[in-house]
Amino acid sequence: MSAPPSPTSERPDLLGPGLPFERPILELERKIAELREIPDVSLNGELKPLERKRDRLLAEVYGGLSPWQVVEVARHSRRPQFRDYVQGMCSEFVELFGDRLFGEDPALSVGLATIEGRRVLLMGHRKGRETREKLACNFGCAHPEGYRKALSKMRLAERFGLPVVSLINTPGAYPGVGAEERGQAWAIAENILEMCRLKVPTVCVIIGEGGSGGALGIGVGDRVLMLEYAYYSVISPEGCAGILWHDGKRASDAAKALRLTSADLLRLKVVDEIVPEPLGAAHRDPVQMVATLKATLLKHLDELSAMDPAERLEQRFRRLRNLGNGLEPLPEPGAEEPNRLLPPVAAAEDDAH
Amino acid sequence: MAFFRKKKEIPVGLWMKCPSCGKMAFTKTVEENLHVCPDCDHHMKVNGPTRLRQLLDDRKYEAIGEDLEPRDLLRFKEDVGTYEDKLKKSRLKAGVTEAVTVGRGHLEGIAVTVAAMDFSFRGGSMGVVVGERIARGAEDALARRVPFLVVATSGGARMQEGALSLMQMAKTSAMIARLREEGIPYLVVLADPCTGGVSASFAAQGDVTFAEPGALIGFAGPRVIQNTIKAQLPEGFQRAEFLLAKGYVDRVVHRRDLKKELATVLRYLEPRARPQEAVG
Repeated sequence: MSAPPSPTSERPDLLGPGLPFERPILELERKIAELREIPDVSLNGELKPLERKRDRLLAEVYGGLSPWQVVEVARHSRRPQFRDYVQGMCSEFVELFGDRLFGEDPALSVGLATIEGRRVLLMGHRKGRETREKLACNFGCAHPEGYRKALSKMRLAERFGLPVVSLINTPGAYPGVGAEERGQAWAIAENILEMCRLKVPTVCVIIGEGGSGGALGIGVGDRVLMLEYAYYSVISPEGCAGILWHDGKRASDAAKALRLTSADLLRLKVVDEIVPEPLGAAHRDPVQMVATLKATLLKHLDELSAMDPAERLEQRFRRLRNLGNGLEPLPEPGAEEPNRLLPPVAAAEDDAH
Repeated sequence: MAFFRKKKEIPVGLWMKCPSCGKMAFTKTVEENLHVCPDCDHHMKVNGPTRLRQLLDDRKYEAIGEDLEPRDLLRFKEDVGTYEDKLKKSRLKAGVTEAVTVGRGHLEGIAVTVAAMDFSFRGGSMGVVVGERIARGAEDALARRVPFLVVATSGGARMQEGALSLMQMAKTSAMIARLREEGIPYLVVLADPCTGGVSASFAAQGDVTFAEPGALIGFAGPRVIQNTIKAQLPEGFQRAEFLLAKGYVDRVVHRRDLKKELATVLRYLEPRARPQEAVG
């Protein structure tokens, strides 16, 4: 495996399968795999300590990620996406296309879905994994027609009493000429307003990137959940660094300042619950991740469906109305620097011999 | 979210320079002309209190939420100085305590609640207190069953308040949703410039939406779009007249006619009576 490209590359698709701070782990895993292939049984004794070491390293590295590393994990090319959750959670998914006004936007997928017998409207950003797919769905950056499609299907869900589940994973709404001509601001604003008053239970989950207005455009509900290593921010760390310091390369400083991690956003009451990820983050065990999210979603859907609708709406309103109110300032940003907990790569290799 | 280069338009005593045509004019003449350039008709930026006085009868209003002041809830780390320091400087420079001023008053005899945003205070960016003041304005309008008016001008959400500023889009929208449900008219005037989180929330939710001539209005700022598409933007792109042609604003209104036109529309859109009043 060749070294992954620089983490400062702006496009998540340019990041290789391994992030810089994952390298010692991947190194160990390669060694473990090599050992496994040798038919010599006497090597079994060497395997166990290596595996233990790998797990310890994983726990160490992922226990001390810097906010910027969290952003990198959230953008990881192998991280489970909308399609993976649909395949893993739903016994049925009937995708519905088109906004009835202008066109069809593949960056935001919407459909009728059955999750463990519960019928819902499921929607989410599509980022794509292979180059062609990424281009087709614009790297998860939706146009107004994506948001308007979501709105028209949410109204459908409301008419027929289907709860709404949205999975958020976008760098942001697309900033282009066509998007502006077709009223990107109006499309997002109308979605936000409608989701404030939508009469059916609504659960939103930030599964990867929660990029500003593009995320909020399908991100208002009774419950807002966030995967452990997802991020949610008013601006990309690169964009923030560019404005503050005229240096997009200082994204890691900006990521720290913006308080975009799930732990900080829970403290700020922007999200209601953190969905834990498997050891070493979602991309290391997508099956477990999908199962955890499915169980969490079912819990919330059942709770919300059991509530009196008027009370549920009032509770949602109170939650929205008080956003940012009655908070104490966060403690100083964590003093830990990136990779401080991580032993140098060379040391890890030495140990493995 | 978007960001704008600051243009020089600080009045220098008796005379001031139009930021558009560059001609000098008497400050007093410009003020009497509602901060519209007497030479080129450029609509200059107006601060919140001035805007309220321009719109309301006898230039009078009763302020709402003035006591709310922004705080550094994230302990936002910058290179030089803190967010608190920046806020202090902005207060001195802009002469207001936040990027929006909200007040009750009358507009051609019609009781209204008006929120006027202020681009001179941190680029009109929306943080928790801006969102809260807008929400309180809407609540006041709802409680009194009077129309709610917003003059929106903003570079977007306020970075230093992180996701909390993003959440103000949801907070304000939740209040506007209430106004819609309760039949309380909500009018928006888009002033130069209006982009980012404000444009993608309450500024785009008006029952009727006016824009001032030449105002830059959009979701993404022009520089962000230019960097994305790597091409020159067409002439007049994202200007009020462009938005009118694309169908996103109801009218482009010259500032001298703004009060009159708002009143005209308000005479058609009467607040619905309280439900119990309607029944009883």
